[in-house]
Amino acid sequence: MAIVGRALLILALVVALYGIAVSLYGAVRRREEWIVSGRRSVYAIAGLVTGAFAILEYAFLTSDFAFATVASHSSTTTPTFYQAAAAWSSQEGSLLLWLWLLSLWSTLVLFGTRRQLRIVAPWATAVLLGFAAFFAALLVFKETPFALLAVAPAEGAGLNPLLRHPSMMIHPPMLYSGYTLFTIPFAFAVGALITRQVGAADWIRATRRFALAAWLFLGIGILLGARWSYSELGWGGYWAWDPVENASLLPWLTGTAFIHSIMIQEKRGMLKIWNVSLVLATGTLAILGTFLVRSGILDSIHAFGASTLGVPFVILIGIMIGGSIGLVVWRREALRSENRLDSLLSREAIFLLNNLVLVAMAFVVFWGTFWPLIAEALTGTRRSLGPPWFDTYTVPLAIVLVLLSGIGPVIAWRKATPANARRNFLLPAVAALGLGGVLAAFGAASRPAALAMFVCGAFVVASVGQEFWRGVGVRRAMTGEGPLRALRSLVARNRRRYGGYLVHVGMALLFVGVAASSAFNNARDVRLTPGQTTRAGGYEFTYAKATSRVSTTKAGELEKISFGAVVDVRRDGEKIVTLRPERGFFPSRDIRGLGPVGRFFEGEATSEVGLQAGIRRDVWTAMTPDIRNLMPTIEEGDRVFAAAAGKLPPELEGQALGQALSGIVRQYIASKPAATFRVITSPLVTWIWLGAIVVFLGGLIALWPGPDAPGRRVSARYAARVAEELGRA
Amino acid sequence: MDILALLVIVMVLVAVLAIVASPLRGDTRERVRGEAADEIAELEARKEAKYREIRDAEMDLRTGKLSPEDHRELDRALRAEAVVILKALDEAGG
Repeated sequence: MAIVGRALLILALVVALYGIAVSLYGAVRRREEWIVSGRRSVYAIAGLVTGAFAILEYAFLTSDFAFATVASHSSTTTPTFYQAAAAWSSQEGSLLLWLWLLSLWSTLVLFGTRRQLRIVAPWATAVLLGFAAFFAALLVFKETPFALLAVAPAEGAGLNPLLRHPSMMIHPPMLYSGYTLFTIPFAFAVGALITRQVGAADWIRATRRFALAAWLFLGIGILLGARWSYSELGWGGYWAWDPVENASLLPWLTGTAFIHSIMIQEKRGMLKIWNVSLVLATGTLAILGTFLVRSGILDSIHAFGASTLGVPFVILIGIMIGGSIGLVVWRREALRSENRLDSLLSREAIFLLNNLVLVAMAFVVFWGTFWPLIAEALTGTRRSLGPPWFDTYTVPLAIVLVLLSGIGPVIAWRKATPANARRNFLLPAVAALGLGGVLAAFGAASRPAALAMFVCGAFVVASVGQEFWRGVGVRRAMTGEGPLRALRSLVARNRRRYGGYLVHVGMALLFVGVAASSAFNNARDVRLTPGQTTRAGGYEFTYAKATSRVSTTKAGELEKISFGAVVDVRRDGEKIVTLRPERGFFPSRDIRGLGPVGRFFEGEATSEVGLQAGIRRDVWTAMTPDIRNLMPTIEEGDRVFAAAAGKLPPELEGQALGQALSGIVRQYIASKPAATFRVITSPLVTWIWLGAIVVFLGGLIALWPGPDAPGRRVSARYAARVAEELGRA
Repeated sequence: MDILALLVIVMVLVAVLAIVASPLRGDTRERVRGEAADEIAELEARKEAKYREIRDAEMDLRTGKLSPEDHRELDRALRAEAVVILKALDEAGG
């Protein structure tokens, strides 16, 4: 089947190149049949790549180690759940996932606009096919997922244990969905610029939902990564300003700016240059983020490692940047605003300020991420900028951003009067400042940035709450509905508005959680022996006893050896929870020079953290066992196995290895070993994840087609005439 | 390459050719609209956006973000802009 998979990818590349040619020919010559043929090329590619992806998944799920990528990233002992995800843990599998998602979203948007956008769509089709051709070419010529091994091994190397986490199943598909969905508005923006249709409401309406969906998927992908970091990596944090984390944040920041300011273009025909620049930058940054993980130019836990893909990606990114700048300059006349800002006290002005803040944040993140490269190019010395540098600039910007997200909902479009603004701001401001005063009295003033974030977050919740309250009141006055029904009707009839408000609330909760957990956490690294206690944040952590176990798969094969601890947590003498952190040692996938026992301690090690999450506070611990005392036993075990090599049948050798590891387990517990613990108490971490859920729900509501969907529109002529005849015009 | 794999590849190739080449034989059901229809669609989109603005302004009035005087002025301007769009729609045959 590998040959079929490879043939499907070659065919996809050929079809993509054909589609580009006929789409451009049809667009220039205005020949409908060639335009349609180009669009059908996208559908065909979706089918071809779906077939290729299915073949690869089947190979993983059946542990077909004839496939080189399956042999190097999966094993028979890898749980089925993770075998399916292992397909995109490899460079080539992730490229195939990217191409597959691109082809699906492209098919969706082009099918949905097949009877519209006659002028813009063919150019957009060519751009999307250009991306498809690029990724197909990489898969055909550089990193094929269908390479076969001359001799298929009996067992694969297995999935990197760090990736065995549910978040890791869905984090890459979410992230790549975000990246690929952002290519949709990018492609249509290019088409609109080439055809001078940049002011058209049609292409904005067609692609706005894709931009919002991209923003949502990318955001969820970023947060899943943060969750994985918090619960799997054993350092106790969720965001490290890692270069690849930053690379995914960059298009999300500019995408956020775009989905806000595009509303102004829809309503007022303003900010066209700004919007077009944002959407082109967002598409480019999405490709840049894809490039970073596979270039090897930056050190990161995410990196696929050094590869030969750096040059093609740099060329593509160069074309995107140069082409984007060229198009904007070429069409600058068509990008002039149709209207001017009526008032600085207006939602338009707030959106503009909001965009400036978001772009400033993106610039900070971009500079901080690429500084190592720039410094190395200029001085020859590699440097890096860590979290303190990023926090210096992003924290105040984030505070301003949250404040603006509370002002936006309570200020009118076009022009708000000072009197009305005062009336609308009064209650939320009083609520927020009141809360701030209370928190300050309880010690929050010691962290002024965090306190400012709490106040701004409270302002957002209060202002949005006021909006919902008033909106429900209006609805009830108009219809006599009960409060819950009125709330449902209100949201259903104004999905974009109230979905957006919910997103603001979710983001406020998230930022409050970040501020609290960053500013008020208590962390301690300490070495303990069984029976000893340490304190952090008013909690006592007692290392009660050591634990150890050998894990096997369902098929009875040895999987890992774990060393852990039972940690009793108390507060004011009262037991709160018992935590069981562990460190798991997986056998090395490279067995050269390693004995059967020793290889378990030369492979990947993962942390299973001990965590009690709560609405008010998380109690977290991870441990690193001291296994130095076990080394003589491990070395002795390897010598024994070396001497018995070839003398035992494989099944007996397996049993003997199991017994050897069990002996090590017993020795570890009996020795009452010391261990190094990191203990953390951290307030409001759960608010980050809850905020993310609220953001997701708000985004879904905003995305959902409302009552004004095409099937239920009333003819403009009749609607306006009714209004005119009523004498209200 | 085994026969089954070759057969699958050939079948896929034929299917792809059929999909992408059928419009060139003039037997597509997908008719792209003419320029006039595109213009109407654009005006419809602008009309919807304008109606959304009018509804937003009314909501702003009802929830106290706009005073009645400001709303009257804004509503008048928005409806005038909507009438321009409707006239353009009428002329375009929409």
